[in-house]
Formats: sequence, structure tokens, C-alpha cells
Amino acid sequence: MFRAALKSLLGRKVRLLMSTFAIVIGVSFVVGTLVFSDTLSRSFTALMASTVGDVVVRPEHTDAAAEPTTRTVDSGLVDALEGVEGAARVDGNVTSFGVYVVGQDGKLIGGSGPPSIGGNWTEAPAGHDLEGMDVIAGRAPEKAGEVMLDSNTAGEGGYVIGQEVTIVTATDRGSLTAELVGVIGFPEGGSLNGATFTAFDTRTAQDLFLDGRDAFSDIWVTAEPGTSQEDLAAAVGEVLPDGVEAVTGDEAADEAASAIQEAVGFLTTFLLIFAGISLVVGAFLIVNTFSILVAQRSRELALLRALGASKKQVTRSVLLEALVLGLLGSTIGLGLGVLLAIGIRTLFAQFGLDLSGQPLIMAPRTVLAAYAVGVVVTMGAAFFPARRTSKIAPVQAMRDDIAMPESSLRRRMLVGVVLIVGGGVALAAGLTESVPRPLYFVGGGILAILLGVASASPVISHPLLAAAAWTYSRLFGSIGALAGQNSLRNPRRTTATSSALMIGLSLACTMAIVGDSAKASVDKTIEENFVGDYVVSSLVGQSFSTQVGRQMAEVPGVESVWAQRFAISQMGGEGQGIGAAEPATMRDGFAIDMVEGDLADLVDDTVVVDESHAEEEGLSLGEDVTVRLADGEHEMEVVGIYAENPILFFPIVTTPQTLVDAGHQDSDNFLIIDTDDRAGVQAALDAVVEKSPVVTVKDQRGFAAEQREPIDQLVLMIFALLGLALLIAVLGIVNTLALSIIERTREVGLLRAIGVSRAQLRRMVTLESVVIAVLGAVLGVVLGIGFGIALMHSLREEGLEVISVPVGQLAVFLVVSVVIGVLAALLPARRAAKLDVLRAIGAE
Amino acid sequence: MTTTDGGAGTSARVAARVRDLTKTYGKGDAMVRALDGVSLDLVAGEFTAIMGPSGSGKSTLMHCCAALDTATSGEVFLGDRELGRLKDKELTRLRRDEIGFVFQSFNLVPTLSAEENIVLPQSIARRKPDREWFDTVIETVGIRDRLSHRPNQLSGGQQQRVAIARALVGRPTIVFADEPTGNLDSQSGAEVLDLLRRSAADHGQTIVMVTHDPVAASYTDRVVFLADGRIVDELRRPDREGVLEVMARMSAPLAADAER
Repeated sequence: MFRAALKSLLGRKVRLLMSTFAIVIGVSFVVGTLVFSDTLSRSFTALMASTVGDVVVRPEHTDAAAEPTTRTVDSGLVDALEGVEGAARVDGNVTSFGVYVVGQDGKLIGGSGPPSIGGNWTEAPAGHDLEGMDVIAGRAPEKAGEVMLDSNTAGEGGYVIGQEVTIVTATDRGSLTAELVGVIGFPEGGSLNGATFTAFDTRTAQDLFLDGRDAFSDIWVTAEPGTSQEDLAAAVGEVLPDGVEAVTGDEAADEAASAIQEAVGFLTTFLLIFAGISLVVGAFLIVNTFSILVAQRSRELALLRALGASKKQVTRSVLLEALVLGLLGSTIGLGLGVLLAIGIRTLFAQFGLDLSGQPLIMAPRTVLAAYAVGVVVTMGAAFFPARRTSKIAPVQAMRDDIAMPESSLRRRMLVGVVLIVGGGVALAAGLTESVPRPLYFVGGGILAILLGVASASPVISHPLLAAAAWTYSRLFGSIGALAGQNSLRNPRRTTATSSALMIGLSLACTMAIVGDSAKASVDKTIEENFVGDYVVSSLVGQSFSTQVGRQMAEVPGVESVWAQRFAISQMGGEGQGIGAAEPATMRDGFAIDMVEGDLADLVDDTVVVDESHAEEEGLSLGEDVTVRLADGEHEMEVVGIYAENPILFFPIVTTPQTLVDAGHQDSDNFLIIDTDDRAGVQAALDAVVEKSPVVTVKDQRGFAAEQREPIDQLVLMIFALLGLALLIAVLGIVNTLALSIIERTREVGLLRAIGVSRAQLRRMVTLESVVIAVLGAVLGVVLGIGFGIALMHSLREEGLEVISVPVGQLAVFLVVSVVIGVLAALLPARRAAKLDVLRAIGAE
Repeated sequence: MTTTDGGAGTSARVAARVRDLTKTYGKGDAMVRALDGVSLDLVAGEFTAIMGPSGSGKSTLMHCCAALDTATSGEVFLGDRELGRLKDKELTRLRRDEIGFVFQSFNLVPTLSAEENIVLPQSIARRKPDREWFDTVIETVGIRDRLSHRPNQLSGGQQQRVAIARALVGRPTIVFADEPTGNLDSQSGAEVLDLLRRSAADHGQTIVMVTHDPVAASYTDRVVFLADGRIVDELRRPDREGVLEVMARMSAPLAADAER
């Protein structure tokens, strides 16, 4: 029995290949995502481990996850620590972030995600004697005016030793130039993952980043051979003054790595969602393929039954085929997934996350997941067609033409309606956030609705298909009529095929609407709230030197400069942005309306919060909130509640000095400039930031454009990922058409025999394909509009007020679907046209 | 071997002419000669049967005449057109306009109703069927009350009658029928054969039928016997006994061959 199943598999290599395709793509996506995220996390772990000493001495309450601070430990500690037993050497480090290198071409290097680190260079080895970074060319900087770069940055900037390097800092020093005297890198391989590192001698680094104080950001203590990190940390801890702590390198590395991994964890989830979408779409393909294969083989299966095989055996033989297919698809998908991971890695390198130094990680879990996903999805999808085989009666082996028993349409409609209603309820619950984990409800609801529509599709699509058939017969005569009738012949198959397209397109439409609405909302908000004449901000939201604001204030024509800065704090265990601005700035510059309290009361270590945040957190005037800043927790009194205002980026605002005191870098994130509108002001403002390409000056339109850009990029990226689901759907159409051509070989032969030309036959197949594609597109667009509007509706309170349906884009989707239909028909149509008439007529 | 009609009531116009037709498959030792220099005139308005044992080449002959297959050498004229010279497009048009087919397994398009199946060749050609002739054909095949039915709602005999109507309705030069009664019970078979005979007799339709059934052959005007790719005999106005006699004679030399 099993041998018969395997033989019949091998006898249908082409069909085998086509049906494996869906599995291959889904699995490769899962594998690609897992391999990439494993590689990513290993790479960061390795990087962190090789950039931390055995014991790190640092100001207390330092959180490796928090942004760089200006808090330091006294340099005198170095001498004290050298006497500690087990300490081989002690090195003080100066570290600052936001130190950008400008390439020879004037473009910024990195800066879009991975940090741009500046500091001093010491010979301190990494913890556990790991091979850390080392000078690989030239020498270490010895005096002011000398600098060393990491090899990637030097290479990308086009700098060679001896050249002057332009560096932009976020500190008071603004930009500077220094001679490149050396290059550092990982002699053993490895990379900074796209971060840039600019190293000075210790004195210069202290001047640049610590206002000239003789202090260190932290101190590394290297253990003597035989001394463990824990023992050394304990020994070091005993000599430390108050306010300074010692942690082992392992601990510090873990802290830093896990913070980064958490940040990139969303990426894995994001990619896995798309893997899931591919698999759902793929499952439709597999169901369809197996349904057709089973239908085509019904006579063979009936014969097996007639020869004494039990129902179970027949069902099992089909499932066995699915198992083999699943295994095969998973294996190919595994290989392809590795290629995909390499592709994702290359893609991310474009965005500055360079992982080229890290070999790809193939964890056992990845292999397991690949096979589990591939086999489970395939067998699950094949289960329904397989179960149907048991209804084939042995006597049917004797008949010439037998029809496969089909599940009743009424039941499918019922299942569909239940799923749609259930999904709708879940979606509504998720959107109104009346349940825990609303996102799961939204996702599950959308999935249930999609599956429900797919299930009920043979019924609800019937009018559409009938209309298409009618139109076809009007437009294309009898060839059109034939094509239309063919699409109605097996509505289950037609609609299952188009469902694959429907899923991809509905999500694409949803995204189009969300993206378009978000952009419209941004435009509207900016239009309504844009104060001042110009906005100065950094491209990536990072901070910049306060110099910029001071210099701009001196530009002729500038009336006032209003500054705002941000910090990431911890509140209730979660990251929460906190803003800071002078009370006068908020009142006169940003035109903040107070609901309660007075801005004049905003002094250091107090906060004002926005209305909806106060409502959500139940905060009222005079209450204290706990904010964790770089130096630990602060209790801050709420002295005012202000009306929502988009200029303040975060719902909690304190004074700039509060942040500086807590050890946050003294730099700005956002400036608003009032001018007297004289000509040439913008040029003069531009001149101020000419040397720091991170910072740009924008008028209202420019600012709106800049704010829209990330939305466009995100939408584009999601489109690209959904493109994969669409590709699977297209392959599904090709597959279904090709299989149904095989199934109809004799009919095709007959048509040719009675005078249908090859061109007419091709047209017929193309028309069938277009019906499938357009049906999928229409359903997809309708559902997508529904999802999009529902989502946007629920986001209204988040400030996304405008619901905008990009009609043009949706029309493009419909046109594209016709093109997809035509393209998908190319091969099956050729195949049909090429059939030898005589052999086709004689075919079984 | 060439036989022309000697004035048996119908006009002596020739619908199709086959000249020295040879068809081989394979090469060298494995070469099979399916047709070996066949020459034959098919007279317009006649109902001709081609008979012969399996492998005698009768189906190949029909396929070559019907522009479904190409010969290795020799010529087939349909009217005054030589099929070997025609390109695929012209052959397609020829099949559509000049030839009608009736197959053993009916071969109706399952998605179309009986009527749609019947007019399919015309509608593919975007031609209006001649309503009067259509009615005549429907009347002749007797399926008026079944016109809106789908093939799977029809019995085998009814399906074959629809197929015959499809073949006749375009007034083709010649209708080819390949074992049209092979899948039918004797009652339905008799009806179909009678239908074909009347089409030839009443409407002057040229019909060529491949069969190995002596009863079926007895409905025709003329039987051509094929063996080993050659025409070995022919009968005019055959009856069942006559056909059987020829068949017995044909197998005799074979038996003799086998003994040798």
C-alpha cells in the first residue's frame, strides 16, 4: 500500500514539484527568519562579550540598556584598584554616544540604528581574555588632533591613515577634525554590527566628552590568570566608595546584549508573522493541489479499494504522500531559508546593521521548526482531501467518469459564517481594547475572517463568477463562455485558488490604508500645529549639540530658538520616553495649553503630563510619579496637566536641567526657530548645520515630508514582504490551472479537434486565470478596506484622526491582479495549446 | 486498388482522396508500418465503413484523413486541398469548417448544455448557426427535449446523438466517426447507426466510420477492409453475413501465415 502511494508520487514528478513549492516558500521564510535572528543575537552577544572587561566598575544604578550618561567614576579609583588582589591591570574608559564620522564624500557613516560610539583607547583586554578589538594598522592616538577609527568606518568613509577625519559630536564641541593615525578592528574576525567607533587618547576623550573632568565613564579591571570574575568583583567591591558598583563582565555583557535583543526581538516577531501569512496562503495551495490530485486519481484509489484496500488505508496513503511532500518541501525550504537569511543580512547591512563578521547560526531548533512547520502544514492541509477519499466506492473503479464526493456547500457556508462572525467579534474586541492582549485578538480576528470568507467563498463568490462568465461570453464569444463556465465548474477550486490571492491582497490593502491614513494624519497634525518657521531635528531622532541652537540664535533674522530634548526612562518596568523643555519655551515657543496647574511651577525634579496620559495613569495634580533616569529612580511631582500637543513628543515633560543632573547627555533633540521671514534665513540656518549631516533644517513642508518618510518606508517593506505571499498565490494559480489542464486533457483535445485554434485555447486559459485573480483581488480589496477602516477607526484616539483610502493605489492592485492572472496563465496556456490533439483525445 | 463509385445513385463527386499514404512509427528494426501505400476515394454522400482487425491501420487512416495526424508520405486531399501542405492554423480551420467528428467516448464539453455543445464549432468560428438546418438536425437526432441538459444528465446514447448533431450542424464536407457505438448498448447503438445512415441518405452527408463491428458495418453503403496497413478488400451494400465472410477470408491467410 505504502509502496503504491510512493510509486504514484514518483509518477507525478511535475505535480509533486509544484505542490512542494508552497511549502518550500513558507518553510524557507521561517528558517530565514530564525537563522537571521539567531545570528543577530549571537553576534550581539559575541560583540558585547568582547567589548567588556572582566570586572566593570561604574556609577551605581547604571543600566546598560539606558542611553549613555555623563555620570562618571573618579579617576583616582584606578590607582586604588590596582592594589586589589587578583587584578592584573586596571583601565579607565571614556565612552560617549552620538559621535558621528562624516565620510570623504560628506555623507554620514552609520547613524541609523546602531550606535555611533566615541571614547578613549586603552589596551585593556576583553573579559575572559577574549580577543577584543585591537589596533590593526597604524598606532593608537597619543595627543589631541589624533584619532583612530574602526576598520569598517574608515573603509566606508574612504579614509586612510594620515588624512583629516571630520567628526560630529552631540556635545558642546560640535564638530571637529582630527588626523587618522590608526585603525582598530577584530583581528580574529567579527564586527561592530554597524556601530561606529571613534577613539582618542584618554585626555582628549575626557576633554571632548566629559567637559575636561579627569574621570572615567567606567573602569575595567582585568583578572589575573586563575582569578574568577566573581571573586575579582567581590574584591573590587570592597574598596569602592559609595555610589560606585562593580559588576562582572558577564553580567554587564548580558545586560547590554539582552537590551539590544529585546529591541530587535520585535523584528523576529515581525518576520515570523509574514512567515505565518506565507504558510496560511501556502496551506490553501496544498489543500487545492491535493484535492485535485485526489480527484484525478479517484479511479486509481477506487481500484485500490476494489482490490481490497480499506478506507483507512486509502486515506493513509494520501496522507503518506503529504508526509513525503512535507519532508521534501521542508528540506528544500531549509536550504532556501539559509539563502534567505543571507539575503536579509545583506538587506540589513544596507540599513547599517552590518553582521558580515558573524557566521550564520543554524540552531537545532531552526531545523526542528522547519520540519514541524512543513510537515504539519502539509499534512493538515492534505487531511481534508484525504478524508474525502474514504468516500470513494470501489465500484467507481469500473466507471469511466466519476465525480469526487464533495463536502456540501451549505456546510462550508455555515463554517464560513461562524468564522466571519467570530472573527468580527474578536476583531472588534481587540480594536476596542476591551480584552487582554488586544493585538492577538486583532490578528486572530483578521485571520478568522479571512478563513471564513475563504470557506464561504464558493457560495458568496458565485454571483461574481456568474457575472464574470456572463461578461466573458458577451465579450469573447464562445471561448469566453467556455472560460467562464470552467471557472464555475468547480467553485471550490476556483475560490480556494483566489483565496490565496485574497489574503495577500487584503493585507496589502489594509497596509495601504493604514499607511495612507497615517501620512494624512501626520500632514494634518503638522499643518494644524506647526509653530515657528523652521524645525531643526536629527534624521534619526538622535540628539545633537546644544551648539547648534546657540549658533542659530545668532543668525540674523532669527527671533527665537526653542529647544526640546528627550530621554528614555523606565517607568513601571517599561521604557517610557520623557521630554524636557524650559517652561518659557513650552509657554511661548510651543504654545502649550494648560488644563490644570501652571507652567511656572515646573521646576527641576517636577513634571507636567498630558491629559490622556494623566487619565490613563490616574495622575492628578500634586501626585508623585516614579521615573527611573540614568542615575536611578526619581520621585517627581506632577505640577501641571496640559492639553494634548503634538510638538511635545512624549507625555511626560520635565526641565532640561533635571535630565542633565541625572547624568543624561546635555544635548538637544528638537529645535523650533522663529524668524522675521527675511530672505536667506534658511540658507544661513543650513550653514550652521552644514558640517553635521545628521541635523537638518526644515520648513513645514519639509518637516511633513520627513515625518512621512518612515511611514512610506515601513509600508514599502511590508509590501515587499506581502509580495512573497502574492508570489505564492500566483504560483497557486499556475498550479491549479496546470493541474486542471491535465485533468481536462481530453476536453482540450476535443476542442482542438473541432477547430479551436491554439490562440483561442490560450485565450481561454488566460481568461480563466484572470477570473481567479480578479475574484481574489475584489474580495481582497473589499476585505482590506474593511480591515483598514476598522483599524484606523480604533486608532483615532491615538492621534491618527484621518482615515484616508488610497483609491488610486487600490485601483492599481486590481489592475495588477489582472496582470497577475495573465502572467499566471502563460505556462498552463502554453501547455494546453501544445497538447497533441490525437493523444489528448485518447487520454484517460 | 483505387475504387470510384460506379453510379450507385449518388453523384460521383469525391469528398476526400487518399493517394499512396504511408505512415510509419519508430526506426530501424522497431519500425512499424501502420499504413502502407493506401489509396482510396471517399465518395461524397456515401456512408463508408473502414474495417479491419486491431493494428490494421484503420484508425491511423482516419486520423490522417481528418487532419488529426500527418502521414509519413503520400497525399490526402479534402476537396481539392492537400492536407500535407497546410499549416496548423489552416488545419485548425479545416477541422472547424470542413470536418465533423464523432468519438467513441462522445467527448462533449461537460460545462456546456447539449445545445451549446452542438453549436460550439460555429460559435468558436463566430458564425451564426443556420437555424433551419439546426432544427432539421435536432429533429433528425431526436434530442429536442434534451437541449438544455448538461452531458452528465444524458444517457450514453443521447450524448452520442448530441455529438452527431454537433458533427452535422456545420454541414462539414465529411464526418468521421471513430467506433461511435463502441460505448453504447445495442439498442442505442442501432439508433445511432440508423441516424448516421439517414444523414447520408437523406441529406447527402459524407460519413466515414471506423468500426470492427460487422453489425455496424452493415448499416453503411460501402465497407473498406484494411489489414497490415493495406486495403485488402471492399464490399458495396454490405450485410452482416457478407462482412463476416470477408473477415473470415481475411483471417485465413493470416492463419496460414502463422502456420508457416
